[in-house]
Parts: sequence; C-alpha cells; structure tokens
Amino acid sequence: MIPGVDGFIYPNEVELQWGLLVVLYPYITGLVAGAFILASLERVFKVEAVRPTYRLALLTALAFLLVAPLPLQLHLGHPERSLEMYLTPHRSSAMAMFGFVYLWYLMVVLLLEIWLEYRADIVRLAQTTTGWQRLVYKLLTLGSENVSPEARRIDDKVSYVVTVIGIPSAFLLHGYVGFIFGSIKANPWWSSPLMPIVFLFSAMVSGIAAVLALYMAFMKVKKMPLDMGCLDTIAKYLFYTFVIDFSLELLDLVQRTYEADESFRTLDFMVHTRLWGSQVILQICVGTLLPLALLAANQLWKFSELRRKAMYLTASLLTMMGIFAMRWNVVIGGQLFSKSFLGYTTYKVGFAAREGLLSAIGLMALPFIIVVVLVKLLPPWAEGKPSENVVG
Amino acid sequence: MVLLGGVVVFLAIRAVVVPKDFGKFGHYRPGALETISARSIAYAGHEQCLQCHDQEAKLHGGGMHAKVSCETCHGPLAKHTDDPTANVPRLPDVANLCRRCHEKDAAKPMGFHQVDTLAHSQGTLCNRCHQPHNPQL
Amino acid sequence: MDLSRRDIFKIGGKLLLLASAGATFDEILGAAPPPEAYRMADHWWGMIIDIDKCIGCGSCVRACAQENQVPAGFFRTWVERYQVEEGKQPLVDSPNGAMDGFPPSKRTDLKSFFVPKLCNQCASSPCVQVCPVGATFVSPDGVVLVDETYCLGCRYCVQACPYGCRYLHPQKRTVDKCTLCYHRITKGLTTACCENCPTGARQLVDFKNPKDAVHEFLRNNKVEVLKPYMATGAKVYYKDLDGAVR
Repeated sequence: MIPGVDGFIYPNEVELQWGLLVVLYPYITGLVAGAFILASLERVFKVEAVRPTYRLALLTALAFLLVAPLPLQLHLGHPERSLEMYLTPHRSSAMAMFGFVYLWYLMVVLLLEIWLEYRADIVRLAQTTTGWQRLVYKLLTLGSENVSPEARRIDDKVSYVVTVIGIPSAFLLHGYVGFIFGSIKANPWWSSPLMPIVFLFSAMVSGIAAVLALYMAFMKVKKMPLDMGCLDTIAKYLFYTFVIDFSLELLDLVQRTYEADESFRTLDFMVHTRLWGSQVILQICVGTLLPLALLAANQLWKFSELRRKAMYLTASLLTMMGIFAMRWNVVIGGQLFSKSFLGYTTYKVGFAAREGLLSAIGLMALPFIIVVVLVKLLPPWAEGKPSENVVG
Repeated sequence: MVLLGGVVVFLAIRAVVVPKDFGKFGHYRPGALETISARSIAYAGHEQCLQCHDQEAKLHGGGMHAKVSCETCHGPLAKHTDDPTANVPRLPDVANLCRRCHEKDAAKPMGFHQVDTLAHSQGTLCNRCHQPHNPQL
Repeated sequence: MDLSRRDIFKIGGKLLLLASAGATFDEILGAAPPPEAYRMADHWWGMIIDIDKCIGCGSCVRACAQENQVPAGFFRTWVERYQVEEGKQPLVDSPNGAMDGFPPSKRTDLKSFFVPKLCNQCASSPCVQVCPVGATFVSPDGVVLVDETYCLGCRYCVQACPYGCRYLHPQKRTVDKCTLCYHRITKGLTTACCENCPTGARQLVDFKNPKDAVHEFLRNNKVEVLKPYMATGAKVYYKDLDGAVR
C-alpha cells in the first residue's frame, strides 16, 4: 500500500510531475494578458474613463512578464539547458512555440509600448535629474530625444498600432498556455478545445482585478484621490468579463456531465473528494459567485463611495484568489487521477523545497516588488493630478 | 537596429551551441543513438552459457524448464562471461525463487504447473526433491 | 641502379604471385569476415505479448531493472493483475510493479489474469510530438528514445503519454523510459525482459524481417493494442487482451 494512493494507478503515476510552480506560471502570464487588455481598453477602444490606470496596467504587465519564466526555471530538471527551446525548437510542440510568443510579446509589444508611452517623460527626467538616476534615464531614451509635437504625434500613431497588434498577441500569449494543456489527448481533464478560451478569459478577469486592486493600493499609499469614475468602469468591465468566463466554465461542466464519457465517473469522484475544497468552495463559491454577486450588485444599485470601494476591493482580491484556485484545479487536478481511471494519488507540497511553498510565495511577491520599483522609475501619475498622465 | 543586432547574436550563438548533425534523421541529436547503443550489457543471454556449461545444458534442454533462460534464475551474468573466474555467480535464493512462478494463483493460466507451496512441501526447500534444471520427478 | 623494363616485369610478377598466395593462405586459415554492421533502415521494432502465457512472476521487471539500472520506485516495465467481476469495475493491482511477483489472489472465483506493460514504442508518438527541444524521438528503426544529454526535464512528455510509461529519473533529473533495450537489440540480442520471461509471453519482433514470427502472429490471432482510440500507432500487440484492461 502506497501512502496517498487510493485504488489502482500506473506505477509511475504516484508522484505528480507538475506541481505548485507550474500552477503559478499560467497564473502569472494570465495576469500579464489581463492587465494588458485593460490598458488596451483605453488606447484602442477609447474608453477614456480608465485612463488613470493605463500606465499602471502596462507596468503591472511588465512586472509579471519579467517574473513569469522564473517558476519554470525552478521546475526544470536542467534549467541550464532551457536555451535549447530557442536554439532547436520542436515545431510540433506547443511549449516550444510558446517560447517565441513570449519573446515576441515582451520585446515587440510590451517594452515598445511602454517606451513609446513614457518617451516624453523619460526625456524630461533625463534632463531634470542628477547622478546615477540621470544615467538610467539617459539610457532609457535609447538616443531619441526629440519631443516636438510632431514627434509625439508619431509616437501616438505607432503606439496605437502596437496596441492593436498587442491585443491578439496578448490573446495568443495566454491562449497558448491553454493550448499547452488542451492539446494533451492523454488527459481528459485537460483535453478540450475550450481550454485556451477558458484560460484566456480567466486571465483577463485576474488581470483586470489585479490592476484594480493595485490602483486602489497605490492611491492609498501615495495619499492621492481615487478617480471613482475610473474605478466604476474597471469594475464594470471586470463584471462583464467574469460573466463570460463563468459561462464558459459552466458550459464545460454541463457538457461533461451530460456526455458522461469514459472519464466522467473518475473525474466526478475526484471533484467531490480531493478537489472539493479547492474547486467547489474556493474557486466556485468564494472565488467566483461571491465576487460576481458583489459586482452585479453595483450594476443594479447605487452604493456610497465608501461602500463601493470596499466591495470592489473585496471582489478583486477574491477574484484573484479564485483564478489561482482555477489554475490549481486544472494543473493539479489533472494529475490527481490515474489515466487508468481506477485510482487517485495525492499531492504534497513541500515547504522549503525547490518547488515548494516558500519558492511560490517568493515568486508571487516578486512582481509586486518590481511594480513598486517601476512605478518609482516611471511614474504613472503626476503628483496631485492623478487623473492626468504626466506630460512632458 | 537593436532587433537586428539581437538576431545576429542569436544566430551566432546557435551556430556554436547546437550539436552538429542535429536534425540528420529527425528533430534530435543523432549522437544520442550511438550513446544509447553503447550502454553496457548485464544479461549475457542463454546462448552464451551453453558455450561452457554443456552438462547443465543437456539436462536443461531435455526438461520442462528448457525454454527458461539460465539468467532468469541465476541473475545477470554478462560480467561472468567476460571473466568467469573473477565473477563467480551466487546460487539463487530457492525459498523465494520457485514460488514466484509456481505458487498457485487464480490469475495464472490453468495449464501451468502451480501448487500451494505450504501444503505441498510444508516449508521444505524445492530443490530437496526437484532438480531445478530438469524438475520433473 | 638502372632498372630495365624486363627487371620491372620480373619484380612485379613476383610481388603479384606473393600477394595472391598470401590472400589464399588467409582464406584457407579462416580469417573471420568483418561483423555485419547494424543497419537501422533494415529494422522496425515492436513486441508481441501473449496474455494467456503470462504467470505474473515479475522476472521481466527484475531483469529490466538490473539491465538498465532503473531507480527504485520507478518502472520501465511492470505487470498488472486484473480480477474482473461481472458488472463491476475490475480490481487491479501491481505491487511495486510486480518486482517481487504477486501475493496470492484473494478471490479465486473471478476471471483473473496478468498484463505486462511497457512503452508501446508508438509510431505516431504523442510524447515525441510535445517535446519542446527534440530530446525524445522515434529512431529510424522504430524505437522511442530519450537523449539524456539534451532533455530539459520539463516533463511535458510524461503528461502526454497515455500509458504512464515515462518517469523523471530522480538523480539524472531527465526523463527516462523503456528503450526496448536498444543497446542489446542493435547487437543481435533480445531485450532483457523477453530474454528472462520463462513462458515466452513476451517476444521482441521486427516488422521489417519477413521471417519474423510477428506476421503469422498478427494474422492468426485476435490482437489489440492498448488504448487504440488514442491513435498513437502503438507497436506492442497483445493477444487475447480483455476489454477490462485499462
């Protein structure tokens, strides 16, 4: 009798291969895609109300994108060989092709867009600061110091194009992660054409929620007034996106239950036992239904500013936790049941191990630290004028 | 300009680091085939045993165990065939060896010789009565 | 010294005579012809397994572990025991992969049998398809192998294998699996598991060899591969495989 194993599993299935860090990875890239979509709402879809969070959303996306490869590096058996994915990518492998999608998104979309948006400020800061800060800003100008209105118009045009390209790129970034799971015919919990879409929408939900929470946090810390119009609009978009996301997941559930194929019995049992806490309680009830109720209430009735702030903050934090639970349920859930459909194993998270809890907490904290640094380096708001972006 | 520079550097690294002949037979390093083929062998194969042990071979070849390879009971013996005097194999652990095949079990095929060993011999070792190379009494 | 044409002919003729005499001696004395080099293009490997012959002794599991230094707790091959009761899910067990055989079946009234399992050496292998770098591949002679100097240890292939035959080697931290004893079959030997199977339940086969037993086996018996609906192109064929087998 192997501890943690119930029923019959193939002998090599006892240990889970993809653990907590592989749960973290789609969560982080999801936040990137979501934050970027929020930013593009303003730039491409001309939703002026969310302008105050435009720059913050970009910086958030960058902070998370920089951290995204780290959980993977810790997870690999030989991280020193990871360059092989770029040197000899296997074109039939979704994982290999994703490496290029990531690189494309980082270099061409995100960095370029941030640079274009901040260019005027960088030039101004290069002229007004001293010491090592001056050096940093000078480097960031990349040699281009022309900030005439004509140049700024060009910046805007190019930035628009980059964002337009960026939206499908963001879709590709996280849709691909969904495809990495969804294309595995050996695993019925993962194998589904819906997987990329479900991943994408849940990414958008988590990203928008993250920017909402960060905006509120920064305004509190900097003692600047919150733009309630902006907050209400973000919450509205969060609500719409969440409704779509929830509908998709519900569709998946209903279809599976109705078709009741070979795998249904074992998966159903797994959800009712091993995944009960993380899926039904955390993901569905506390992480989806509750925030949806809080957000829906605000669409139906008008609450006071204080009440709204509390509801939005609660909703976004619960959402972020709920989407993390969703990633957990997909990745871990997919490995808890045996491919023989006759048994289950257990996942034990290590604490101080390489892929343990401590590493996960550190990796989740890191992007927030980076975003604080980025906000200091490239201020999203002029002091005292939070609704306007800094003008050169 | 930066992008172009990056591409050039990437291609340069690639030319140096990627193993040569990669992709010759398929998307892999062909040297792997040689490395894997060159691994050392642990089981010599029963034909090797017959070359020296012809007495046992004669006994074995005429009995019920004729199709059973020598190393199935005697363990991996490639080291022994390489240097017979230096690597003398140990005799098998009879108590566990015979029962693994011959302990009566519902899942075993009907025509296969199997007994409830406790009832059959009350703990006496199998080779007290059965000659392992030709076990028929 | 001045060599005249006549001298050249004389010396040349003597040399020629000596050479041919030497060659003839060589043949008479029986110098061995050079060994036939293994040609990958001449082979397409697989395996046939006869369920009714398997006695669940675990000799194959032990032999494989010894031949390939398989780490404890992981299996390149294993044997499963099925006890099938009418109208119920089968009772399946594989104690330590059947490394030490099986304890006696508690139920004697059920249909029960053993099923040896290993890497199915799929021709359209899903594990090869998902490898991001080309560390696992199908060799030209049909064996799915892992290049342990190239593998990243991402374990995508472990997730993609429908049969559960891959694992992460705990010390090497690369993926490991049955190699069909490639180091043996390329030297004319059979695999360690087939060599040590006492009943001949497992047999290595070469589909490209017209004289191989596999052709008659496939034509005369009811055969199946595991999980045929996965369309993996599995090359391990089971004779008399029961529908209860997962």
